[in-house]
Amino acid sequence: MPDPRIRLTVNGDPVEVTFGGHKTLLEVLREDLRLTGTKHGCELGECGACAVLVDGKPALSCLILAQEVDGAAVTTVEGLASDARLHPLQDAFLECGASQCGYCTPGFLVTARALLDRKPKACRGEISEALAGNICRCTGYIQIFEAVERAAEKMGGEPPR
Amino acid sequence: MMRCPEFRYHAAKTVEEAASVLADHGPKAMLLAGGTDVVPNLKRRQHRPEVLVSLRRIPGFAGISIGGDGAAVIGPGTTLADLALDGRVAAEWPGLSRAVGSIASPLIRATATLGGNLCLDTRCNYYNQNYEWRQSIRFCMKAPAPHGSALTEDAGGSVCWVAPASPRCWAVSSTDGGPMLAALGATVELRSKARGKRDIAVADLYNDDGMLFLKKAPDEVVTRVRVPRAAGQKSAYWKLRRRGSFDFPVLSVAAAATFSKSGEVTDARVVLGAVASMPLVLAESASLVGKSLTDDVIAEFAGAASRHAKPMDNTDFQTAWRRKVTAEFLTGALRELRGDDPRTMGQLGRRVARGASCLG
Repeated sequence: MPDPRIRLTVNGDPVEVTFGGHKTLLEVLREDLRLTGTKHGCELGECGACAVLVDGKPALSCLILAQEVDGAAVTTVEGLASDARLHPLQDAFLECGASQCGYCTPGFLVTARALLDRKPKACRGEISEALAGNICRCTGYIQIFEAVERAAEKMGGEPPR
Repeated sequence: MMRCPEFRYHAAKTVEEAASVLADHGPKAMLLAGGTDVVPNLKRRQHRPEVLVSLRRIPGFAGISIGGDGAAVIGPGTTLADLALDGRVAAEWPGLSRAVGSIASPLIRATATLGGNLCLDTRCNYYNQNYEWRQSIRFCMKAPAPHGSALTEDAGGSVCWVAPASPRCWAVSSTDGGPMLAALGATVELRSKARGKRDIAVADLYNDDGMLFLKKAPDEVVTRVRVPRAAGQKSAYWKLRRRGSFDFPVLSVAAAATFSKSGEVTDARVVLGAVASMPLVLAESASLVGKSLTDDVIAEFAGAASRHAKPMDNTDFQTAWRRKVTAEFLTGALRELRGDDPRTMGQLGRRVARGASCLG
């Protein structure tokens, strides 16, 4: 059985990749495309560390077979900043101390990005609900919620670029 | 690190094509919808299909429409997030919105599908473990050692570890969509290459068996879910789990009823989830017809109906406590049907209501 080959748009760039057909999107991102910003956590959908955006919607890359996303647009944490400028969410995470060990941070950032794309003025309840699939064992979450609120303020209620 | 085993991937472009691949490969083929439960089970080797038949690329397999008769027709590929956030569904079938909006976590709901949740594999503390864990205590009957394995000599594979003297598997039905859709009188359309189309009520979709838990034949594909509209119907879903996110239900009450103008129940169906290998449609529901849901009527119903909950020690929490709180969950769901606000029903009610409050 030959290895499958798929075409993707990853962080805005067209990509073609050949990989072992049993691999998940997470494994292809990290091992074949060398995008190691997306983290390998529980492998079972129970932590949120591997979250990415697939066609603008948040998804757990450890639960999606890479062959399932042929033709899709994937955004990883590497795709949030533009040139040397951090995304307002990344700035706010820095300012609020919303990241300690940092392992969960990429998953929180892309999940929060999907929320603010959909609801630029999300309230605290909406933020905590949207992030209820991401686990952080350091911060206690409050700083993360504050950072998302601050990012929303920075963006002035506008969807991010 | 756990990786999926090798398989052949087949992205079906039509339902007919998916049914044809299932027919050709028999038990060696497996359907893949959202994959949020199948992929972990592949990694842990509970499933070892030779062919995975993906349903994701079938045009029109996802989507919600409201028919001329007011019924909702839901494509089985509809994600749980899209279903939970649908305003028409929330207005007409609030219990369904809450049930699917409570499943797993928002990240999983964005990928998981209604069809997948209806066909969700049953769960058990002795089954939902990785390969080495299961091997170390000897495999159970639901996931025996693979054929040709060098270790089959003493690998087990015929026992139910939660009830070793039992001839059957007691893995637990853990779908949230199933009990709620059964309570709402929903039907699913199934399609196979050999027998064509058939409709089956969700209430009749399940077997009381942890292994053969579906009446859907292995060569059938769920092609449509239809939720009838009943004027004046009320619905509610009360779910017990340890955390407010991620966890599967360890008890749920799905309830739906219609009422006369004077407030008597004209039709009712109450279903218990996650206390057996199938959703339990409660025969006592018929006893509510003709009565108003007074505190006394609800207490009598909850006392009688809760006796059907005989949870085994193969999920979360102590079984005795889960049995005990069943009456409280039945009471809460029925009080909500009669119009009481769950947020006024103490900590339990506030927690039940909370899941739905910020979904939009």
